[in-house]
Amino acid sequence: MPPPLQAHRMLLSHRRASPIPRRRFTAAVSSLPSAPAKTLAPGPGPSSILSIRESLLSGERTAADITAEYLSRLRRTEPIVRSFIHVADAAAEREAQELDRRIASGGQDAVGPLAGVLVGVKDNLCTANMPSTGGSRILDGYQPAYDATAVRRLREAGAIVVGKTNLDEFGMGSTTEGSGFQVTTNPWDDSRVPGGSSGGSASAVSARQCVVSLGSDTGGSVRQPASFCGVVGLKPTYGRVSRYGLMAYASSLDVVGCFGSSVVDTATMLSVIAGHDKMDSTSSSHDVPDYRSDLVSLNLLESKPLNNLRIGIIQETLGDGVDTGVISSIKAAASHLEQLGSVVEEVSLPSFSLGLPAYYILASSEASSNLSRYDGIRYGRQVSADDLNELYGDSRSNGLGHEVKMRILMGTYALSAGYYDAYYKRAQQVRTLVKKSFEEALRRYDILVSPAAPSAAYKIGEKANDPLAMYAGDIMTVNVNLAGLPALVVPCGFVDGGSAGLPVGLQMIGSPFSEGNLLRVGHIFEQTLQDFSFVPPLLADS
Amino acid sequence: MALTLLRGIRTPTLFRTNVGLFCTARHPPLAHFTTRAGGMQTTEPKAAPKSIQQATKEAAEHKTRGFEAVIGIETHVQLSTITKAFCSCPYNYGSQPNSTVCPTCMGHPGTLPVLNAKVVDCAVKLGLALNCEISMTSKFDRKQYFYPDLPKGYQISQFDIPIAEKGYLDLDLPVEFGGGHRRFGITRVHMEEDAGKLLHSESGSYSQVDLNRAGVPLLEIVSEPDMRTGIEAAEYGAEIQRLVRYLGVGNGNMQEGSLRCDVNVSVRPIGQPEFGTKVEVKNMNSFSEISRAIDYEISRQILLHKESQADQIVQETRLWDESSQKTFTMRKKEGLADYRYFPEPDLPEVVLTSEYIDEIRNSMPELPEAKRRRYENMGLSMQDVIFLANDDNVAHFFDATLERGADAKLAANWIMGDITAYLKNEKLSIDEIKLTPLELSELIASIKNGTINGKIGKEILVELIAKGGTVKSVIEEKDLVQIADPAAIEAIVDQVLADNPKQLEQYRAGKTKLQGFFAGQVMKASKGKASPVLLNKILAEKLKGNQ
Ligand SMILES: [Zn+2]
Repeated sequence: MPPPLQAHRMLLSHRRASPIPRRRFTAAVSSLPSAPAKTLAPGPGPSSILSIRESLLSGERTAADITAEYLSRLRRTEPIVRSFIHVADAAAEREAQELDRRIASGGQDAVGPLAGVLVGVKDNLCTANMPSTGGSRILDGYQPAYDATAVRRLREAGAIVVGKTNLDEFGMGSTTEGSGFQVTTNPWDDSRVPGGSSGGSASAVSARQCVVSLGSDTGGSVRQPASFCGVVGLKPTYGRVSRYGLMAYASSLDVVGCFGSSVVDTATMLSVIAGHDKMDSTSSSHDVPDYRSDLVSLNLLESKPLNNLRIGIIQETLGDGVDTGVISSIKAAASHLEQLGSVVEEVSLPSFSLGLPAYYILASSEASSNLSRYDGIRYGRQVSADDLNELYGDSRSNGLGHEVKMRILMGTYALSAGYYDAYYKRAQQVRTLVKKSFEEALRRYDILVSPAAPSAAYKIGEKANDPLAMYAGDIMTVNVNLAGLPALVVPCGFVDGGSAGLPVGLQMIGSPFSEGNLLRVGHIFEQTLQDFSFVPPLLADS
Repeated sequence: MALTLLRGIRTPTLFRTNVGLFCTARHPPLAHFTTRAGGMQTTEPKAAPKSIQQATKEAAEHKTRGFEAVIGIETHVQLSTITKAFCSCPYNYGSQPNSTVCPTCMGHPGTLPVLNAKVVDCAVKLGLALNCEISMTSKFDRKQYFYPDLPKGYQISQFDIPIAEKGYLDLDLPVEFGGGHRRFGITRVHMEEDAGKLLHSESGSYSQVDLNRAGVPLLEIVSEPDMRTGIEAAEYGAEIQRLVRYLGVGNGNMQEGSLRCDVNVSVRPIGQPEFGTKVEVKNMNSFSEISRAIDYEISRQILLHKESQADQIVQETRLWDESSQKTFTMRKKEGLADYRYFPEPDLPEVVLTSEYIDEIRNSMPELPEAKRRRYENMGLSMQDVIFLANDDNVAHFFDATLERGADAKLAANWIMGDITAYLKNEKLSIDEIKLTPLELSELIASIKNGTINGKIGKEILVELIAKGGTVKSVIEEKDLVQIADPAAIEAIVDQVLADNPKQLEQYRAGKTKLQGFFAGQVMKASKGKASPVLLNKILAEKLKGNQ
């Protein structure tokens, strides 16, 4: 199933980046295809979802076969990657056999759009028949009574949930080291982090342990790990996907997102999970297009498929503190987009640097409230105690991890009488500024681009004792959450590191509900990005 | 579903210090409940003997001389919507613990609140009834604290932008308490959700949480500190209850905790502009208790002032103990509680249109204050006015009777007299009896036009209340038409006089009181049907004429 197992890379980090011209961005990278045209060879592998569907419908393969293939790869790679907190292999096999029976008796009608597609689900999304811990020991053994809406819709479309993926506890972290259970490694280099907080979902797709996966993105938790693991990650518009069943971290920022090894797979998944949900009054009733059918396949592309597209490259994301290799990759990607016909210019978002502190105040404030329910009274771990305060204190101090406690304390402080105006209220004002500056920029440009993270995947433990360094890594992504915008991350290049280089992702940001456009551009970008393959070396051994 | 246990909590002190805070309405250690119409409520047409009241009042006035009390009330009104405020669970008072719960109202991970639109309807109705300004855009906020009956660790409430504010409430004090019209300011009305409740084991060794009530919609009404006496406060509460029932937004039942009043009481020397230290008093289960608790608290505070111990009046919550008729310290307030309010991110703003508000306004029934003014204009006494407007079912019955042409004063008398007596005896409400307003007006007309006399009327009334039917059919069936033929009455009178020669002799010897005896005998002989007017006239003539 996976594409040819070879990893190409370009050591762009060895090249000195040329100074960026102030306005118009013209730097070209020599090894990129000179003129994307109908004559181009197919890009990186076809859509896994489509080929699964075709082989099921043609009878070429059974769902049981496909499931067995993924499960065998999962069993082989899991001891190294540790993407999953819970693997539901028996249930997956059973569901695959059930699907095969339905196909045999009912034919095509029995096959939903995601039939036989193995999905990994971030463990902060509730699943009725599997444990759901949010990566926290305080929910060790907790099994919800219901499926999160996104999970339910996936199942209804025929998807098979293969297990629950690892994460930083309740989504708070950027490395997945903050899990209460285990550390997940990066399939590109097992000494490195997969990013976070949806590290398990990203690494599982990267290592082809499942076809696609669900994550959540509060400040970059889908996009940064997608970048670190070399997969496609989509953070939809706030409200595009129901949050019902997503364990809340910061309710006004949280979105359910998805990972795939291709843009097509990601688009297919979004069509299934998007849409209004009466269980989430912040979910939008904005129309859900068929994101996949709007994608144009390579052989139908014109020579300049992105003609008339205006792209702004966010100036502030290519400055100090950003790895030169990352900058080079993004510039190369920008030049690639330009060659596809778009106009790429630099754009400044003056409020950009304000976003990070505002984000940490707002997210922590909401978290301090959202996590109050983990009190050991009704479910989850309870520590026996002699009085109520002790019961609360012991249950929470035993069950919650360090990072979570720190954010609860920060948030409690920010909301306290006498501090509210200086912190929470001020951060809300910054949020409004950030939103406005994005709105202005998106009036001039169809898409804004930036790196998804200031660096590629770093070493496990590297930032474990330096939370500020870890927080700083979220600079590329948090503004998008504050503004509630959709953003797509597609792998665009490599930097030096590991045995085969480390992937870098390009973040494309659009106006609210412009996922269709982001996916269309991402799809064209991905198909015409010829010299890269984003299959990790972990899979080359087989 | 099994009860959720608080395993391992052993110290009863925990709940001793906290029980009153969240469970007052549910854990009355003092079970002196009055009935709905009980106590000093205005439904009582017969007040306690004036002399005792007067004495109490005078004693109270003597004690409070030179001081003035300032009272504000926070009222929680539970709404009787079919489902809870933010999930689709029903709520029925008294059901099996944890039988009407779902992941949302149990605060399970990943669940989200979805606002029940009926809650907004109720809030706007009550807001309009309280003459408030309605906020076209309001929002929800989270009020945060930890307690086992609060599943999410926060209560969804409204903080800085309530749905309604700046209103007032008009009422008439009962005549027996001196009467008078009052207008009390309403600071705000906001929507929020109720908490669950704790059930404590008898040994005190563990507690259990019942979340049936968690998420039930409440309206919190905050008054201005406009009240000065226990009676005013109790009447304020009673008027809120009346509004709630008139509007049909809740059952207003205090014993079930559907209506809860927390009062703030302070006193100050008359003439002092600033308020004294306020004390919160809770755990009153009837309006009568509210009145007595406040009067007790006022006396307690004034006494401390008079003994130069005003510094002992501290910000605290005190519980009313019905058995000892006193308030006791429950918990001293150590500074202001910090609830860390912030806007509820899971719920969009509540945005209303003026069309929506107009629609609600137009659908509202006539409210108690308007009714009282209308009845007053009919010339009814204030006692009648207050009685009739107290219960919307009674008012409705009264109005319907008038619509059928009955005289207001007569209809009021029948309703407040015989009908109320019957209802009280049988423990029924006026909408549960078979008598219709039409038949009451027929009955009144039949007496007025002489078809039946008043005594027969009372008999027919009982028949109609219990069995239904029409005045006409009962009269015919029982042959109750009044005997208005003078000759027929004369014949009966003659017969009675002939049958009672001894009494006649005594009468003629000067014992004129016996006229009553003869009248009774004649009425009895006529089976109660004789026209009383004719009977008395003919009898008097006969007694005189034969002399
Ligand atoms: Zn519920």
